[in-house]
Amino acid sequence: MGYISLTEIEKDIRIKKCEYWEIILQDDMKERMVSAENSLKEMQGMYQAMKQADKSYEGRRKSSSGLAGTDGLKIEKANKTGKIISGEFMGHVMERAVKMGESNACMKRIVAAPTAGSCGVIPAVLLSYEKDFKMSETRMIESLYVAAGIGCVIAKRASISGAEGGCQAEIGSASAMAAGALCYLRGGTPAQIHNASAIALKNLLGLVCDPVAGLVEVPCVKRNVIGAVNAVTASDLSMAGVKSVIPADEVIDAMKNIGRMLPCALKETAEGGLASTPTGQKIAKRLSGK
Amino acid sequence: MNIFDIVGPVMVGPSSSHTAGAVRIGYISRKLLGEEVHEAEIYLHGSFALTGKGHGTDKALIAGLLGMHTDDVRIPDSFQMAEEKGMKFFFETADLGDVHPNTVLLKLTGKSKRKLEVMASSLGGGRIQVNSLDGLTVNFCGDYPTLIVHNQDQPGHVAEVTSMLSHKSVNIANMQLFRSQRGADAVMVLECDQEIPKESIAWLMHLEGINKVTYLSLKED
Repeated sequence: MGYISLTEIEKDIRIKKCEYWEIILQDDMKERMVSAENSLKEMQGMYQAMKQADKSYEGRRKSSSGLAGTDGLKIEKANKTGKIISGEFMGHVMERAVKMGESNACMKRIVAAPTAGSCGVIPAVLLSYEKDFKMSETRMIESLYVAAGIGCVIAKRASISGAEGGCQAEIGSASAMAAGALCYLRGGTPAQIHNASAIALKNLLGLVCDPVAGLVEVPCVKRNVIGAVNAVTASDLSMAGVKSVIPADEVIDAMKNIGRMLPCALKETAEGGLASTPTGQKIAKRLSGK
Repeated sequence: MNIFDIVGPVMVGPSSSHTAGAVRIGYISRKLLGEEVHEAEIYLHGSFALTGKGHGTDKALIAGLLGMHTDDVRIPDSFQMAEEKGMKFFFETADLGDVHPNTVLLKLTGKSKRKLEVMASSLGGGRIQVNSLDGLTVNFCGDYPTLIVHNQDQPGHVAEVTSMLSHKSVNIANMQLFRSQRGADAVMVLECDQEIPKESIAWLMHLEGINKVTYLSLKED
């Protein structure tokens, strides 16, 4: 993608009098030398792969380590029996986020968005919104362009890799992308979209990558929930008119800065944080067979 | 980087570096060998050795060697499929030296006894890099049709290869030369924008001073 800032995207939308997603689509056509039809078809493929992954969740399956699996079923049951107090829509978001994270841990087919470890955030928000608020698939695909545009800017200015920037770069980025996409679907202006992304990312700044035994399971699966829920609340704040004092591009730069300052032990090496707790170490020892 | 690097790829989990990258290393190695794999000795280094099992790195490598892509749902069952196809393999952990933490060395023997040693690293996000072929340093990512020529270190071989490419209207995207020592074994790696015709590769193999020609085609078999 050609854009290196969200400000630039906002400016182009104003000048060209286009929708947000059209600007990103045009950029993709130029970058990859493809037709609009071709690009839209590929994005539709991504959305359908997310749907398929959600549908094919297997509630009784456990990952090979035994650490991840079956929690999606528990939330599904709690949702069906009215035991979730954070609201019906939020219940569905949580359920989908856990299910996708578990499917990933169980070696099922998912869509990395932006990474495999954070693959639950965007589908949890978007699939639930489509279903509960009766959106057309066309609109959903448009919103994926918005998410992708925001994600590309983050990847360019900062990072989307846990090894480079910690979990804030994975779940944080996914959350910012989902918040922006959701704002777009709710009729938000480009400024409101970026404001929602800024709020979502700010809330997760500093989040470290400390996976137990180095596996994309603990705490990764449940962090997909916080990324998704945070995206929904950030879009609510932005649509209500609440503004982020720090502009989105500067928040992204702050994320990069924090990522650089984080010690390596907290960047996917499984040497610090939850990985180095007594329980975390015990699990790692058991799995390595030593 | 394009938008489908961010929303996408569709892949089998759990890790883009430890699973998708490993499938890709297996797949590229199989393409470089140029025939079905009969036997594979696999040496896992660093993080691949430490957390590879939990990420399915082992199954992913075998899946790639069987010709599967990163989104193939049969990846978790690759061991069984290898057995059915009569492909032998074993894994060991090894210290491969000062290399990327996600590195693997594959010693492959094909159905017609062709041999190839590939060392490659998974760089994150599913991207990979091939670091050495048959013990000689190389550096390519497998995103382009790639020609690798092992030759005697003597004048004229680069000209032979590049004039053939020019004749076939193949544009060179990146080119690297390496040698073990003056006058000994040398290798050239050419990443191209177009596919190179089969007969041109065969022609190269028969030239004097050319020891081995390996070609990575992006076309499906």
